[in-house]
Amino acid sequence: MTTPTPRSGSGGSGGSSPRASTATGSARLQRLLALVPYVVSRKAVGLAETAAAFGVSERELVDDLNLLWCVELRSPDPYCPIDLSYEGGEIVVSQAEQMDRPLRLAVDEASALLVALRMLAEIGAGGERSALSRTIAKLEAAAGEAGVPSAQVAVQVDKIAQQAQLTQLQDALARRRRVHLSYYVPGRDETTERDVDPMRLLVVEGRTYLEGWCRLAEGVRLFRLDRVLGLQVLDQPAEVPAEAEPKDVDQGLYRPAPEDLQVEIELAPLGRWVAEYYPCEDAADLGDGRLRVKLRTPDGRWVRRLALRLGENGRVVAPADLAAQVREDAAAALAQYA
Amino acid sequence: MSRRKTERLLGLVVCLLSSERYLTALQIRAAVPGYPESFEAFKRMFERDKEELRELGIPLETGSNSAFDEEPGYRIPRQAYELPEIRLEPDEAAVLALAARVWRQAELAGAAAGALLKLRAAGVDAEETPQPGIEPRLAGEAAFGPLWEAVRDRRPVTFAYRAVGRSEPQQRRLEPWGVVNRHGRWYVAGHDRDRDAVRVFRLSRIEGPVRFTGPSGSVTVPEGTDVRETVRAWDTQPPVQRTALLRVRNGAGHGIRRYATSVRPDGEGWDLVEAPFSDVLWYAEHLASFGRAVIAVEPADLREAVITQLKGAMA
Repeated sequence: MTTPTPRSGSGGSGGSSPRASTATGSARLQRLLALVPYVVSRKAVGLAETAAAFGVSERELVDDLNLLWCVELRSPDPYCPIDLSYEGGEIVVSQAEQMDRPLRLAVDEASALLVALRMLAEIGAGGERSALSRTIAKLEAAAGEAGVPSAQVAVQVDKIAQQAQLTQLQDALARRRRVHLSYYVPGRDETTERDVDPMRLLVVEGRTYLEGWCRLAEGVRLFRLDRVLGLQVLDQPAEVPAEAEPKDVDQGLYRPAPEDLQVEIELAPLGRWVAEYYPCEDAADLGDGRLRVKLRTPDGRWVRRLALRLGENGRVVAPADLAAQVREDAAAALAQYA
Repeated sequence: MSRRKTERLLGLVVCLLSSERYLTALQIRAAVPGYPESFEAFKRMFERDKEELRELGIPLETGSNSAFDEEPGYRIPRQAYELPEIRLEPDEAAVLALAARVWRQAELAGAAAGALLKLRAAGVDAEETPQPGIEPRLAGEAAFGPLWEAVRDRRPVTFAYRAVGRSEPQQRRLEPWGVVNRHGRWYVAGHDRDRDAVRVFRLSRIEGPVRFTGPSGSVTVPEGTDVRETVRAWDTQPPVQRTALLRVRNGAGHGIRRYATSVRPDGEGWDLVEAPFSDVLWYAEHLASFGRAVIAVEPADLREAVITQLKGAMA
């Protein structure tokens, strides 16, 4: 067999300390406790596959295996509870004493999965429904007591109102078809017509989006389903260019580009929601609950509409020409009431 | 944690799992390598080790084998330690992997990954294969972590909260009952100790840290509480629907026309549009955002509200 480094009763072994890993020790202990049952439940499993499953390098994994192999108990008689080998890159655990099952789920662990599964069930998309309810039931049973507090966290997702469109889009994705959208752009109060090659469907911040390669913009775009006014699945195959990268939506949906227009707005207390809804590069507290924020946008028209919506609760400070335009917009609208 | 300590803790877990009987501290020291010679130093280290194991969720039991034992003993009952048998079909494993990705950047991401690790260790093959389904994501929020802990452990909290339109945040004291995400925003619901009433707070309006003000278990969630319903009731708009009569320029005001109940021509370049609304102020702001493309005709309070809004934008 490929012999692990010699067992040493003295503790520190193998010259691998300090470890290069950034993982904390308790994370490592958790990994070690999971490693034995992982292998046992699969009879034998490759080093590379295991390393990938645990998110560590093969070197770190081998170090873990050596550590497990080195565990020694001394009383009443000295013995080694764990025996394993990884000959030819394949891990086999031949003796695992009482460690052949993983530790129970902690409350946070059970909750993270149960809350997410219930959320998926609520979105209620397509054929996953029965798989979801089965999985939830099995996980609740396995989690036992640890699953109970998860009932105190709930994610309510609005039933996706656009069920018909959703079904069409799922069909287009499955069959890799191009779609045609009539899409409302509120920033410009315009309805646009465009062909899109669908990439995936997302639910972010409670709303459903189609991500796809927009042939009009020649780029990856997100389309909010509640702004899709018309949808047709075309007979043409979708052609998502190789360079089309899915957006990293976890960093926020609106990601300003450096060439975007920078706008400064002063917000009264009732206008502070702007800072909650849009990513602000800079927010300065002006006292009395007033806030001065800096935003970036590719489209000044969006800011003009925002300023009209804010009324006295927000004032565009810079750029000056945009501020003047807002006043003109308001005056022109007001003149119609005279 | 040093390698030495990891080895010692691992030895401790295996030792206590293997024993049917309660083992005294001295028996444990004799069996598990790595403890110091000095009894005092050993005791201190052993106390810390026990704490660490409990933090990992390892059920460390204290007890004695008979009424005659003076020293308390320790063991880890397998029943309480082991994840019960769980077998998932391929479609179930796929939704599980999808669920674990929901939290990707948010607070419970680490917990979801930890759970997946244990389930994989139980033989579940939950591969991270991208699938053409719907990918939901939950966004993070600074106050989520401490509030979830408070809800989980039933502890009261205090935090500074800036209610809508308030110029200064106010310190609030809350017995939290639950955390709810609605329309993509996080809320906490519970008993407000100062108002002596049920209150709902939006997490994004909490400023600064959330502090615990009492021990675990000191909050009682009233029987039959449904936090989702509490938040929904707080958040829902009054369902009174009114009808607005609007003049909308041809080819413009699409955001209004979408919800129109009737549209008819009204002279050169204009349509007369009827649309439902419930909140006058909100709808007036919405209408104002269309600028000169829209004129509010009726009702009078809506018309006035739009005018006020536009004057505000000119100031």
